[in-house]
Amino acid sequence: MRRIGTSTLGMIGALGMLVIGGAAFADETAEAIGDAERGAEIYRKCSGCHQVGPGASNRAGPHLNGVFDRRAGSIADFDYSRGMERAFADGLVWDLETLDAYLENPRALVSGTRMSFRGLREPQDRRDVLAYLRSYSDNPANLPEAAPTAIAREVELPAEILALEGDVAYGEYLASECLTCHQRDGGDDGIPSITNWYEEDFVVAMHAYKRKIRPHPVMQMMAGRLNAEEIAALAAFFAKIE
Amino acid sequence: MIHKSQTRRSFLGTGAALTATALSAPMLGAQAKPRAVVIGGGAGGATAARYIAKDSQGAVDVTLIEPSRSYYTCFFSNLYIGGFRSLDSLEHRYGTLASEFGVNVVHDWAVGVDRDAKTVSLAGGGAVQYDRLILSPGIDFVDGSVPGWDLTTQNAMPHAYKAGTQTALLKAQIEAMPEGGTYVMVAPPNPYRCPPGPYERISMVAHYLKANNPTAKIIIADPKEKFSKQALFEEGWQKHYGGMIERIGPDFGGENTTVNAADMTVDIDGEVIKADVVNVIPAQKAGAICDAAGLTEGNWAPVVAHTMQSKLDENIHILGDASSQGDMPKSGYSANSQAKVAAMAVRGALTGSRVFPAKFSNTCWSLIDTEDGVKVGASYEATDEKIAKVDGFVSQTGEDAALRKATYEESIGWYAGITSDMFGTT
Repeated sequence: MRRIGTSTLGMIGALGMLVIGGAAFADETAEAIGDAERGAEIYRKCSGCHQVGPGASNRAGPHLNGVFDRRAGSIADFDYSRGMERAFADGLVWDLETLDAYLENPRALVSGTRMSFRGLREPQDRRDVLAYLRSYSDNPANLPEAAPTAIAREVELPAEILALEGDVAYGEYLASECLTCHQRDGGDDGIPSITNWYEEDFVVAMHAYKRKIRPHPVMQMMAGRLNAEEIAALAAFFAKIE
Repeated sequence: MIHKSQTRRSFLGTGAALTATALSAPMLGAQAKPRAVVIGGGAGGATAARYIAKDSQGAVDVTLIEPSRSYYTCFFSNLYIGGFRSLDSLEHRYGTLASEFGVNVVHDWAVGVDRDAKTVSLAGGGAVQYDRLILSPGIDFVDGSVPGWDLTTQNAMPHAYKAGTQTALLKAQIEAMPEGGTYVMVAPPNPYRCPPGPYERISMVAHYLKANNPTAKIIIADPKEKFSKQALFEEGWQKHYGGMIERIGPDFGGENTTVNAADMTVDIDGEVIKADVVNVIPAQKAGAICDAAGLTEGNWAPVVAHTMQSKLDENIHILGDASSQGDMPKSGYSANSQAKVAAMAVRGALTGSRVFPAKFSNTCWSLIDTEDGVKVGASYEATDEKIAKVDGFVSQTGEDAALRKATYEESIGWYAGITSDMFGTT
């Protein structure tokens, strides 16, 4: 389920056609969007904050099951930015066009969004990611249950690294280095907020920087010299603060 | 995340805090508290004072000695010259350090240190006792480094290298330049505060003049062969301000520069230039208190990398621009990073709290033109010899506009982050 080629996507579309009888819609889905398999690879840039797939839940960002045709800012138990709440009030709906614009430059479409992502400049990259996301939007309620690995992760970490218990006091010292740039009150102008992260997501994100999968020179450098114990210590400290 | 310390300054807060103080710290106990004194309320000193107070949760008595009630950050002051920030937006005050963190803020000049008696004498009279002293006084200028310039000519030829009135003066002089006039910068020799600073300033002056006085000229007399982010600045100057900026390096006698404030001329290796604005950034040394305390070797105060302790007195830590520590540049970010290491070491020495291996980092952002930001940075570790560079990065020439814009926006986020980290404000 995690990687779906265009032909498979077409089949899902065709299946949908049989059920709901929307022939034109199915063809359009197959042609208008890109290569979902390639999109799954590009989606690793998103997966530190957004889960998609069976069992996906809200993390730093809302889950993306059924994002197509969803109203922006509409997941009830997710704490959206004021900017996204405004988009909800304005009636923004996520479709191929609005998602494409949002992925190209999040802040251009929703000023004040908390999504600290520079955007995908290449139109083909956006089409591919949208093809991947589209595959989780046809009928998300009926997505088959599967192993947790069905949820796309940025990096696969051995269980023993995820299980490390962090030294909170050490984490507090290490965290002081983060606070030179990341604002203590969770403000996110220009530099993303690092409050309210799930501990495991934080560990995954830091290892993604360490392995240079996440693109940012400062964070790659900072994470690059932290070992697994130090990342666990930071996560343990950040998990303790509000 | 903020631990509000319950100290004797808590009377500024609520009655509940007062009760807690009375219960946990009877008068005799308060007398016995270890004392940390910090001289200088900038990126190093304010951060160190806040972290010691915050993390010791009242167990250490922290005094910050800083003459100014308003602190204007040197970082981002070039953006004020370029018209991207107001001077007010660079102003910070010490109220939160006192009211939220219990730091005893004393607005006075520290004029001497008696290292045997462990006291700091104040210009206003009196002395402050310390168990550990942190010096973070920033820079002073080396007398005679630019012949013809001294502190008595600093209004005719501003340095604007300590932010505030000097910066406002320089900006006013640039705005008053006649059409087609000439701005000359005398750039400093290494090492000096904020390595990209003079060249970001050139960019900001050019940005202003391009819009308001496009036939004006900018000349840099530079004693250095190379400078920080040189390829990035030169690319940007060519792109945005083609033909406006001329740099005279040592190969053309840029190191042989004298000034005459009476007739507003600059003599660069025998060629006399009549200027409308002369921005002299002299050679620099550790803030005078370091010398007064007998802690300097040459122009700077050497420190132990692991703790930022003076190599000449283990009870004194020296931060930021004033210290001679190894590979880190003299920057606000560096001082803030060093302050956290020193605060941990001081707290460990005074309360027995855990001390972890020092980690340091630095990033310097510079603005070349509207939404054209660049950065350079590195991480560092403590060795027995010095603070040693581990890894680094620098922006690349030819980057696209979106990345440069994101880099500029990142610098704005950093400014909010570090000033919040220094002053405890949100």
